[in-house]
Amino acid sequence: MEFKDYYETMGVKRDATQDQIKRAYRKLARKYHPDVSKEPNAETRFKEMGEAYEVLKDPEKRAAYDQLGANYKAGQDFHPPPGWDQGYEFRGGGFTEADASKFSDFFESLFGGGFAAQGRGGQAGFSARGEDSHAKVLIDLEDSYRSVTRTISLRHSELGANGRPHLKERTLNVRIPKGVHQGQHIRLAGQGGSGLGQGGAGDLYLEVAFRPHAFYKVENKDVYLELPVAPWEAALGGHVKAPTPGGIVDLTVPSGSLSGRKMRLKGRGIPGKPPGDFFVVLRVALPPANSQQAKELYEEMKQKMPFNPRAKLGV
Amino acid sequence: MELKSYEFDGVIVEEEMELSLEDLCRACEVNTEWIIMLVDEGVLDPLNTNTDQWRFDGTSLRRVRTVRRLQQDLDVNLAGAALALELLEEVEALRERLAALEPCDE
Repeated sequence: MEFKDYYETMGVKRDATQDQIKRAYRKLARKYHPDVSKEPNAETRFKEMGEAYEVLKDPEKRAAYDQLGANYKAGQDFHPPPGWDQGYEFRGGGFTEADASKFSDFFESLFGGGFAAQGRGGQAGFSARGEDSHAKVLIDLEDSYRSVTRTISLRHSELGANGRPHLKERTLNVRIPKGVHQGQHIRLAGQGGSGLGQGGAGDLYLEVAFRPHAFYKVENKDVYLELPVAPWEAALGGHVKAPTPGGIVDLTVPSGSLSGRKMRLKGRGIPGKPPGDFFVVLRVALPPANSQQAKELYEEMKQKMPFNPRAKLGV
Repeated sequence: MELKSYEFDGVIVEEEMELSLEDLCRACEVNTEWIIMLVDEGVLDPLNTNTDQWRFDGTSLRRVRTVRRLQQDLDVNLAGAALALELLEEVEALRERLAALEPCDE
């Protein structure tokens, strides 16, 4: 297990006051809140900060952490010494706000786990509809172009017979609706928590996110592709093939194209009413001068083509 | 013995669904009073005026959940969260307009 430097995570000094820690947290929370931030790793950062703040905001936990962590650096292999937490009174209480089950193993080894259970007692004896549940689901961009069935694994904690929470996994085959995109929700009726008595089951809501793609980028319903072209294709124009999630298309590159030229294929983005657009951004790729012949050709261009790429810079 | 495998049809909430007040409360794990406050604050716009049978556009789900997260995580009050939500949506709209203004070949 790796040691986590909570001070580094929060960007504060080890001797920061509680007020400084709070201010640092507030500032970072606004910057990395997943609903607000456009940073690609916002969600991870936000969770790490939440964990760090959970420890540092509480003078007791902070003192324990300081005592233990004085000789460690972030990323170092870490094993808490047995019985280290005796004399501190945080075990089994104090986690009223945060969902400690989402914290790291490191956190759990220090401050204990098992806080995940949020069992709702006292509901026996009458009927109640099951709770709706939410999960995030990662799909491929291509899945949204055609209605495919994907197997989705969901984990949830349940109270076992011994009264302790344990993780249960189940898999569902879900037909992904065509045209769904990042940030939208898919509802599966009756697949949420089971009801009590005569109450029906709740619904399951899946928040959709696209798995990062090797070459497509998605912006709402629009899809972007950076398409490499040879210098002669860009200069002279020509027909090239371009992949789209819906299949390969033929594209006409206008002569005199430069890197960065953006071309729109209307309606070839994520399907829907209206569908998104597909954008191709050209990038001129340079053939390597790795053979005698290639070198000679470059030499020839150098001799025969008067070209100063820096003319606009006045040099 | 081969197990019969079930397949569930997913519905896009934002595009294909309307939600009743009850649906919305349950889906967002909030109480009715809080949803009414969101309507009063102008965060949610019911599709009809008949309070007994309020229906909400599918995009309301995301708005409610965003406001709730902002309130919980950033410790802002309802008016502050509503303002943040509106600004976020404006930023998104501006980003789209900006992208549309970039020169582009058809």
